[in-house]
Amino acid sequence: MWSKPLLSACLAIVAAATPAAAATVRITVTKLTFEPAQVTAHVGDTIEWVNADFLAHSATDRKKQWDLFIAPSKKAQVALKQSGEIDYYCRFHPNMVGHISVVAP
Amino acid sequence: MHWKSIAMALLACGLGCAPAAAQGAKPNDAQIAHIAYTAGQIDIDAAQLALKKSKSKEVRAFAEDMLRDHKAVNEKALALVKKLKVTPQDNDTSKSLVKQAKDKQAELQKLDGAAFDKAYTANEVAFHKTVNGALESTLIPSAANAELKDLLGTGLKIFEGHQQHAEHVLADLK
Repeated sequence: MWSKPLLSACLAIVAAATPAAAATVRITVTKLTFEPAQVTAHVGDTIEWVNADFLAHSATDRKKQWDLFIAPSKKAQVALKQSGEIDYYCRFHPNMVGHISVVAP
Repeated sequence: MHWKSIAMALLACGLGCAPAAAQGAKPNDAQIAHIAYTAGQIDIDAAQLALKKSKSKEVRAFAEDMLRDHKAVNEKALALVKKLKVTPQDNDTSKSLVKQAKDKQAELQKLDGAAFDKAYTANEVAFHKTVNGALESTLIPSAANAELKDLLGTGLKIFEGHQQHAEHVLADLK
């Protein structure tokens, strides 16, 4: 059997050698809030909003790069193509705001 | 301006000074449900009028949003009162809301084009402000049932969003 430190070391090497795989960052839309309201993601990642409300919402980029309609109990996604700071809001309820920090992969 | 005085009148004499509140009587859950549902229906009717009369893309989109959201909230409210076996009870606040809305509808009916768009949108700002004030100061604190209180709380957030949305549309119309 492998000793615990050896196993940990192997796992650490595997983790270090694997390039950062594209991940999906999930944001829940519930009771008129984006949760979490602030997220950090990498270029290549996908942001997925899951609408847990009984109302339709939107996730709308303030710089108008994208504008997603999210029907009640549905999901919507956007792929992050470049690094930067993104402020977004819901067009129907502008009191709902969120922020995504996109960093290099 | 005319719409401003109407808005002020609505604010001054909205839910806040409706008879039930004026007498200091705390509305019960059946009355609260009726008031909330009535306010929603008033905004649905206003949106339907806007869709009939307005040619502005932004105003029409806003009216569609109001229709969709207020229908969804009222369906939720109906499902809740059914679950709680509460029969919504008409009351002086609801009656005064309906009366004011009727007068407003008659006034809006006479307007067309940009004048209608401005008056409708300004009234949406004022109406949501009034309802939000009533939710915060009277309806939410008075609600006894936790689920009703919770739905009213969500309603307040929704309608605060509508108020901001209406303010943006109004600013774009000027």
